[in-house]
Amino acid sequence: MTNVLELLGLAESAELLALSPPGWGGNLLRGLLNSLQIAFGAFGMGLIIGLFGAYGKLYGGPVLRDLLAIYTTVIRAVPELVLILILYYVGTDLINKAATAMGYDRVEISGIVAGIWVLGIVQGAYATEVLRGAIKAVPPGQIEAARAYGMPAFMTMRRVTIPAMMSFATPGLANLWLIATKDTALLAIVGFAELTLETRQAASSTRAYFTFFLAAGALYLLVTLFSGLIFGWIERWARRGQPSLKGGQP
Amino acid sequence: MTSLKSLFVPHRIVMMILFAALVVWCALSLRWDWIPQYAPLAAEGLWTTVWILVVTSILGFALAVPLGLAQAIGPWYLAAPARLFCTIIRGTPLLLQIWLLYYGLGSLFPQFPWIRSSELWPYLRQAWPYAVLALTLSYAGYEGEVMRGAFSGVAKGQLEAAKSFGMPRMTMFRCIWLPQAVRNVLPTLGGETILQLKATPLVATITVLDIYAVSSRVRSDTFIVYEPLLLLALVYMAIAGVITLGFRWFENKVPSAQR
Amino acid sequence: MALQKTIRKTLLTTVALAATAVMAQAEPVKIGVAAEPYPPFASLDSSGTWVGWEIDVINAVCAAAELECVITPVAWDGIIPSLTGQQIDAIMASMSITEERLKTIDFSDPYYNTPAVIVADKSMDIDATPASLEGKIVGIQASTIHQAYAQKYFTGAELRVYQTQDEANQDLFAGRIDATQADSIAMADFVGSDAGACCEIKGAVANDEAILGKGVGAGVRKGETDILEALNKGIAMILADGTHAEITSKYFTTSIYSE
Repeated sequence: MTNVLELLGLAESAELLALSPPGWGGNLLRGLLNSLQIAFGAFGMGLIIGLFGAYGKLYGGPVLRDLLAIYTTVIRAVPELVLILILYYVGTDLINKAATAMGYDRVEISGIVAGIWVLGIVQGAYATEVLRGAIKAVPPGQIEAARAYGMPAFMTMRRVTIPAMMSFATPGLANLWLIATKDTALLAIVGFAELTLETRQAASSTRAYFTFFLAAGALYLLVTLFSGLIFGWIERWARRGQPSLKGGQP
Repeated sequence: MTSLKSLFVPHRIVMMILFAALVVWCALSLRWDWIPQYAPLAAEGLWTTVWILVVTSILGFALAVPLGLAQAIGPWYLAAPARLFCTIIRGTPLLLQIWLLYYGLGSLFPQFPWIRSSELWPYLRQAWPYAVLALTLSYAGYEGEVMRGAFSGVAKGQLEAAKSFGMPRMTMFRCIWLPQAVRNVLPTLGGETILQLKATPLVATITVLDIYAVSSRVRSDTFIVYEPLLLLALVYMAIAGVITLGFRWFENKVPSAQR
Repeated sequence: MALQKTIRKTLLTTVALAATAVMAQAEPVKIGVAAEPYPPFASLDSSGTWVGWEIDVINAVCAAAELECVITPVAWDGIIPSLTGQQIDAIMASMSITEERLKTIDFSDPYYNTPAVIVADKSMDIDATPASLEGKIVGIQASTIHQAYAQKYFTGAELRVYQTQDEANQDLFAGRIDATQADSIAMADFVGSDAGACCEIKGAVANDEAILGKGVGAGVRKGETDILEALNKGIAMILADGTHAEITSKYFTTSIYSE
């Protein structure tokens, strides 16, 4: 009896999750795509900010270092939700005011771009710390040797520092990527149509709350597990030629 | 670093003056007249945030110990579910977990009329039990992973020594293993607690009136957007500061492993 | 090396995205609707398009006023900041014209009006007076006239604030709240559906025009008279030529507009 009911229940869920209307599966996948796009953009922007931030913190002047310290401390102490609201409302307002003050037309900021830059700034603070630690872990002799050969600073960074720090940075960056994918859910609060909001819309239109929230959870979990595989592969690749770290605690 | 002298380097003095000017500008040119009216509500919201943070951190940690232990030394039928639990919690957004617990469970109530006449109904009607449950599970999921590493990190020789003295297993766990594992995780525990603090505003989405919900209420009542948010960010920074100081004080009390 | 490539790729995508953001400047009017479903006025269907009475009216008004409009979903809770922050150009999201809101934004002429009602479980013996809601749990949507009204009049009740009316309805269905206050038309739709079969409309609340406002209008930024006049013209035209009545008859049995 229960088996039959379960089967029936599942059949109903499958119908709700069908990819083409009247199923809502297509909406969920579109939301997932938006989430991934934002997570990817924010992660990339975070990496760029983080790279400059890490260099600034390590080699910058005292003023730059203090400013960066304020940036990373503030971002890491305030809830992402509050930061998103502040950056979303205040940020776009300021950009528009600046644009009109400089005589340009006001800039249209699409939801995706707003999401990327809001989350990117948050990611940047964490990436700064991760990359700073990784750069510090590179044996200073390697960088000194590059300098001694008269390598320009940028080339040193490109040829020596970044490849050498990759293996130290990958675990932290993998974690950051997972945070990025999960933080996109917070954009639901500002009404951006990513996976969580699409899920909520589908759930409240059909009243099948359990089905849709579980389906969305499964999608997020798939992304997490898949990313875990990819980052494991990257880490092995970045570590090639290095002695195994197992056994010796760093 | 934190000595008073290092604060009075010229560029820092300039920055402090600039910062003071910014604060004065904020105080003078932004609107703060709503504060007295909402102060009692804000105090209530702050209290909610703090107790939810404390209760869920303690409960979550209590749950993380068995989770970590099961993964570190447990047999496979305990280790596998523990690992699955940690993966699921860490792999899905907390917002989704909270909504699943609150609205998902809520949508099942009407199908089971006996729930409404049960003794638990007055609690099930409230929003905070769901908030506490979701945040506790989340903290346990993240901390369980950390505890796994901490338990495996305790030096084997000490455990073997205890065993050879014939120490009962419970005593060994209570007196040697757990204290050292906790000491190992103390530095990360502060960070995890701040992450937990940063997760608390999500409970406002299921009608718990925390400090974040109060700021939203100010925003919707008065249409003042920036000021409540700025003040809110300041409040969270202050709480995070208190947590950091508290854990630093606690760490200094505990003898360090390295020396 | 891979990192470099990723950086280069993301830089390119970021630039490309920024470029599309700038190119999209060919200025269609962005009409903001609430991103959360509000049937039968505006909700997303399973194919991803916005449908409902208000969506039809928006399209009709824009066609009559010869405006090129795009429907832009924004969080209801932040819809006024989105307007003042220039993310949208007009609000058409069942927003009532109230004195409090007129301090921040301007409104067009009303395009529909609806009384505020109390909805509760059929077995509940209550009406729409503050006295009968004493000690009850009343759910309301944040940033609405109903929140303002309930905060002023239902001081004896426990108020629970939801982000969307839909969530309040869901909790009424689950039995977590005793009653909710909302627009009569949306509620008539709710109690007529399966999910609302538990409940009935208990009556309209006593009017207070200062809070409940003078009907629903389109919100625009202060001082932007061009778009305001265009919208007013469009609303007047669809009222005069029968389009408004035609759309209404598609969704409702009675007229939802009165002078």
